[in-house]
Amino acid sequence: MTELTDLTIAEARAALDKKEFSAKELAEAHLGAIEAANGALNAYVLATPDQALAMAARSDERLANGEAGALEGIPLGIKDLFCTQGVPTTACSHILEGFTPTYESTVTQNLWNAGAVMLGKLNNDEFAMGSSNETSYFGPAANPWRREGSDAKLVPGGSSGGSAAAVAARLCMGATATDTGGSIRQPAAITGTVGIKPTYGRCSRWGIVAFASSLDQAGPIARDVRDAGLLLNAMASFDPKDTTSVDRAVPDYTAELDAGVKGLTIGVPKEYRIEGLRPEIAALWDKGVEWLKAAGANIVEVSLPHTKYALPSYYIIAPAEASSNLARYDGVRYGLRVEGEDVTSMYENTREAGFGAEVKRRILIGTYVLSAGYYDAYYLKAQKVRTLIKRDFDTAFESCDAILAPATPSPAFAMGEKTGDPLEMYLNDIFTVTVNMAGLPGISVPAGLSSEGTPLGLQVIGRPFDEATMLRAGRAIEIAAGPLARPEDWWSKAA
Amino acid sequence: MQDTLEKNELLIEGETGPWEMIIGMEVHAQVTSNAKLFSGASTAFGGDPNSHVSLVDAAMPGMLPVINEECVAQAIRTGLGLKAEINLYSIFDRKNYFYPDLPQGYQISQYKQPIVGEGEVIVDLLDGSRVVVGIERLHLEQDAGKSLHDQHPKKSFVDLNRSGVALMEIVSKPDLRSSEQAKAYVSKLRTILRYLGTCDGNMEEGSLRADVNVSVRRPGDPLGTRCEIKNVNSIRFIGQAIEYEARRQIEILEEGGEIHQETRLFDAKTGETRSMRSKEEAHDYRYFPDPDLLPLELTQGWVDSLAADLCELPDEKRERFIAEFGLSPYDASVLVAEKERADYFEAVAEGRDGKLAVNWVNNELFGRLNKESLGIAESPVSADQLGKLIDLIKDGTISGKIAKDVFDIVWSEGGEPADIVEARGLRQVTDTGAIEAAVDEVIAANPDKVEQAKAKPQMIGWFVGQVMKASGGKANPQAVNALLKSKLGVE
Repeated sequence: MTELTDLTIAEARAALDKKEFSAKELAEAHLGAIEAANGALNAYVLATPDQALAMAARSDERLANGEAGALEGIPLGIKDLFCTQGVPTTACSHILEGFTPTYESTVTQNLWNAGAVMLGKLNNDEFAMGSSNETSYFGPAANPWRREGSDAKLVPGGSSGGSAAAVAARLCMGATATDTGGSIRQPAAITGTVGIKPTYGRCSRWGIVAFASSLDQAGPIARDVRDAGLLLNAMASFDPKDTTSVDRAVPDYTAELDAGVKGLTIGVPKEYRIEGLRPEIAALWDKGVEWLKAAGANIVEVSLPHTKYALPSYYIIAPAEASSNLARYDGVRYGLRVEGEDVTSMYENTREAGFGAEVKRRILIGTYVLSAGYYDAYYLKAQKVRTLIKRDFDTAFESCDAILAPATPSPAFAMGEKTGDPLEMYLNDIFTVTVNMAGLPGISVPAGLSSEGTPLGLQVIGRPFDEATMLRAGRAIEIAAGPLARPEDWWSKAA
Repeated sequence: MQDTLEKNELLIEGETGPWEMIIGMEVHAQVTSNAKLFSGASTAFGGDPNSHVSLVDAAMPGMLPVINEECVAQAIRTGLGLKAEINLYSIFDRKNYFYPDLPQGYQISQYKQPIVGEGEVIVDLLDGSRVVVGIERLHLEQDAGKSLHDQHPKKSFVDLNRSGVALMEIVSKPDLRSSEQAKAYVSKLRTILRYLGTCDGNMEEGSLRADVNVSVRRPGDPLGTRCEIKNVNSIRFIGQAIEYEARRQIEILEEGGEIHQETRLFDAKTGETRSMRSKEEAHDYRYFPDPDLLPLELTQGWVDSLAADLCELPDEKRERFIAEFGLSPYDASVLVAEKERADYFEAVAEGRDGKLAVNWVNNELFGRLNKESLGIAESPVSADQLGKLIDLIKDGTISGKIAKDVFDIVWSEGGEPADIVEARGLRQVTDTGAIEAAVDEVIAANPDKVEQAKAKPQMIGWFVGQVMKASGGKANPQAVNALLKSKLGVE
């Protein structure tokens, strides 16, 4: 059984075609792994075995009939931010407990249309607000990786912590995730997985619980670059139901994966060499530059001068949008309601009980920056910074095809280590938020292990809608870095 | 836009001297369209509560708004009808506040960059004067749902059928100086919207409602502090609310008090306005551009094509009626106030005497319709029937007086006027021989009156009346008159 869960999506898909095993067997192998591991990892907030087996049975029929889709029979985990028809969807918030959508998000529907099988809903930070999965109402997911010689649980990153943990621990072959300020790339980097944040507008946002609409973007987490590309092929689409989605053909992201980087120009942004950058992160970045150079890429230094304003601006814009997006959770129509004397106290009681501390903090920040008298000084200024950040990238891409940067400022940290200091937690996004602010695609690829024996990732940033070139560079790093060690399975034993 | 010195008659006399009212209006007009502004749900009025609600209207998690192109076209048509600037680039903003009938927790509206900019409405008043009212802007926004507080002793219910329906908010400049002007402005605006087919203007169903801003000042002084009267839903109430509010403010000021900016409600039962919330209690709506929607970018070509298909507007129609049919400005104004009336008139007047047609339409037909509380569409007499009736007068088949009888018969029994005239023998007698016999008979029977008439030619009218009576009203009055004159030897 272990063998089946170890396969990549590409391998499993080929084997299903050859009838080496059935989609049902593949689903069962993963359901067994979830059963054994979830007590320790808490990666899934809801397993859906009945759904999985029914979908796998239909996949087997289609495989038998020669009607198989690109992801036929591939078992996936779904971040709990994606609305799934008939399956509870909570965004890992108490306020949505008991909510079951009557509709399916466009991205997940695209995956089911390609034949994929749903294993269950994955843990995440409440409403995707967090970098450690510790703000989830259902408790944190754990990173399968632990520091060498330590039993202390590490965070899997966030907000897509459950997605990253489940993929790393072989509890699914791939997972959906969302990235508003780094929520795909940061957890991927610190769990040794590959995460793609596509260009804004590449995947539909329809049916995804909104955090910050102008920044949110769905993407995949998988175990290698090819699998991530295969998932993105299916997830991406133009959707008339999302005005911000872009009407552009979806190329086959795996077609030129092995074309290499020879002749490509890779930019290295000098402003990312921030003060206090960990030496091992700097060293990993340098190694990445050497790998790409050795593979035939030209390396140029580029300048992104407004980088230092990105994080503070992000923490104005994202909470501002969130404060408005979360207004609909008022206890009137669905989810939690805590009664009160009158409608105002019902609102207050419901939102007091329904939202966790981090969500409340961001609603307060967002409400403040949009208030009369503060709007110009905060929100409007942050939007201007955003325009400058975009312009920085436009200029940089005049002299390079893709940009190489670290994905995170540190490897996985311990649970509870940063929960007391929101600012320190927010610093996790320092290398990733710029990409969201500019609407660009970014990929995090495993590139080595830290001094603590835990994974580190490198980030490649692409031009708008040029995920293909970005993936080629990511693949080159993957090849150069060689196969990553895998975490020792402590979780199944604990189960 | 009016010179206050020339409009002294509009001033209100207070205890301490004259005051001037300054009125500006925000009219909310429901866009005529099959679907809501950002969802595909139906906009039909009525229907069971919550039967016209999509996932977007109910603000389910992950739902996104998609702009309805027809609503945008309707806003542009309206802007063109208001002679206003069309902004090819506009932005949708979120207006944030909590209320149970506002599922998203925000209303999608347009704040700093509306779809339509400055324009104007020409308002004709009863006394024949004319006021040009400036339009500040027109923007598109979502309507809220409806809270029902009378269905349960302790609970309120929410009906989301209206939630998300497209509204146009049409903001006037503070150019109005009396309640009469304000009422005439709303009537004119409603006429324009109905001509354009962009709003049905039905105030009872809430398709058109107004927020009225009222302030008062001494003539020549700077603007005073205003109060806003929310959601007034009939033209009569608009007049009452303004009258009450202006006098309330004058009373306060004359007693040495000051006006506090606030939002007020009009109570139709008492005819008074009362405070709803003060400026301090006003919401901070935290407007910001809706990140779910891209800026609305239009092409000039599309705007031009909508302009090319625009119908004739009331002001243009009025001018044309005056020029083409020789109508008086008053008659023309009465006709164009309702497009259906104007269309009816035009069908009657086509190829006929315009003045005769307008007399029949405005006096006989509208008088009768008003008396019986019928709309023009319910008129028992069609334009074709009325036109044919007028033809019978014009060619001398019947007199104007007989025509009124025929009109009554068509009204109550239907039928072709010519057939009715034939069947009932109402044809006017123009046979001189027959008339002459009747004239001779009357003269012979009244020798004393004949003598009097010779001295007093006005007496001829009495003879005409006698002859007409004898002929059952069918004799041609001109012929009777001429014969009598020659036989009595009077001029």
